[in-house]
Amino acid sequence: MTFDVSSIRKDFPILSRDIRPGVPLVYLDSTATAQKPVAVLAAMDEFYRHSNANIHRGVHTLAEEATGLYEQARVAVAKFINAPSHRQVIYTRNATESINLVAYTWARANLKAGDMLILTEMEHHSNLVPWHMLAAERGVRLEFIPVTPDGLLDLDEYEKLLAQGPKLVSFTHMSNVLGTITPAAEIIRLAHAAGALTLLDAAQSVPHFAVDVQALDVDFMAFSAHKMVGPTGIGALYGKTALLEAMPPFLGGGDMIKEVKLRSFRPNEIPYKFEAGTPAIAEAVGFGAAAEYLTALGMDAIAAHEHEITEYALERLEEIPGVKVFGPPADKKGGVAAFTLEGIHPHDVAQILDVDGIAVRAGHHCAQPLHEKFGIQATSRASFYLYTTTGEIDKLVDGIYKVKKTFG
Amino acid sequence: MDDLYREIIIEHYKNPSYRGHLDPHDIAFEDSNPLCGDHIQVELRVGEDGKVSDARFDGHGCAISQASADLLIESVIGKPLEEVKQLKSQDVLDLLGIELGPVRLKCALLSLKVLKAGVYGLGEASDELLG
Repeated sequence: MTFDVSSIRKDFPILSRDIRPGVPLVYLDSTATAQKPVAVLAAMDEFYRHSNANIHRGVHTLAEEATGLYEQARVAVAKFINAPSHRQVIYTRNATESINLVAYTWARANLKAGDMLILTEMEHHSNLVPWHMLAAERGVRLEFIPVTPDGLLDLDEYEKLLAQGPKLVSFTHMSNVLGTITPAAEIIRLAHAAGALTLLDAAQSVPHFAVDVQALDVDFMAFSAHKMVGPTGIGALYGKTALLEAMPPFLGGGDMIKEVKLRSFRPNEIPYKFEAGTPAIAEAVGFGAAAEYLTALGMDAIAAHEHEITEYALERLEEIPGVKVFGPPADKKGGVAAFTLEGIHPHDVAQILDVDGIAVRAGHHCAQPLHEKFGIQATSRASFYLYTTTGEIDKLVDGIYKVKKTFG
Repeated sequence: MDDLYREIIIEHYKNPSYRGHLDPHDIAFEDSNPLCGDHIQVELRVGEDGKVSDARFDGHGCAISQASADLLIESVIGKPLEEVKQLKSQDVLDLLGIELGPVRLKCALLSLKVLKAGVYGLGEASDELLG
């Protein structure tokens, strides 16, 4: 089956809008958030129009329906990452909250002063700051797998760090700046051999290629719906059952309890133990619809398309004098091209591209330490997804030439 | 864009007249825009008449942030310090002669924030200074 981008683009209403009269949108910012297909919009709309009620404990028909849809979506998300059971998928607000959940429950219950955690130099702030906060509170020690000049993780250094007996290795599956796809299976295997648990930040990987939590044997995995064509406001934490069952609850409140007395409570079973208060129900329904939409297209076909686009983009960008693209070559990265244009600030690049309807991001992309490592303040970042076309890459390249002309 | 990147802005960005340092100086302050890492440093000399006798800025960032710093510094030389304290966001926008969205406004106004925090002798530049 061929991957028909033009027919896929018809699934995404926003892609046909003009940014200004006669200037169509060229959306190259999917790494920040993906656009949403009709399937997701319709599922959420239908939920509110037809089935809206609060979930659990209701016995009326709407409550039953809403609960059913909320839980069916969990099953769809579990299937999407090949989780052994839907009980292992905890709804959160986003990948950031998923990482915080592990930091506030598992880590605070199991780590003490002097314990060591391994992160990497290419982490998003979401996989740095929760651990900074833990380190300040508990005196745990953070070590970092270095990034090589070509944007890969230095695995020799990683093995040296493992010899120091870390308790947890928490790392990204795909850098949101360099695009580097990390060798997650190997990193996890080595961590386990050293007696450490693993947390995978899959916010950038799950939307773009097939991720199988059982094949990876990962202990925890965090991801967001909105980067995989689902709504904002919902994400998930996957965890191994024994770990999740042993962990203390996260937030307290309704739904996460089995029984409440005036002075005590007993927590609910997983996954509900970690889901306090009325959750984002319609968003969960949209999350499930997003997982099903991507599955129907086939994650391998999506990955192949993005690889083609990335190869083309890198080739075209690198032929522009003054452009420097960061990160490894196309065979080791996902659909991200963070670049600098000599003598012109990334904000100015992004602003001038916007005039032609081209949406790229400029800044440090919530990875300030990584930018410091490469000795730069900021980059412009174009990112690609299942709906990106080579024609859009051509428009980006034309736009960059226009930026150069503006600055003379 | 033709508005946003008017020649005056590109010119002040590429060939600023007041980029540099004053040694000695009477007032100095610096700060960054956390969103994009734009950085501005200002140094002022104040005469006995209470007027700014000379001023310079230094820093790095986008064309909007650097051009607005150059224009702002140019405009305060010769002004009484009391008048500098009264400067408002609109004054900087008038100097630039462009309209900006909320994100780029922060770039344009960083130099004013830094300048006013320095003139008021504050420890930190806050949005409250912009007025």
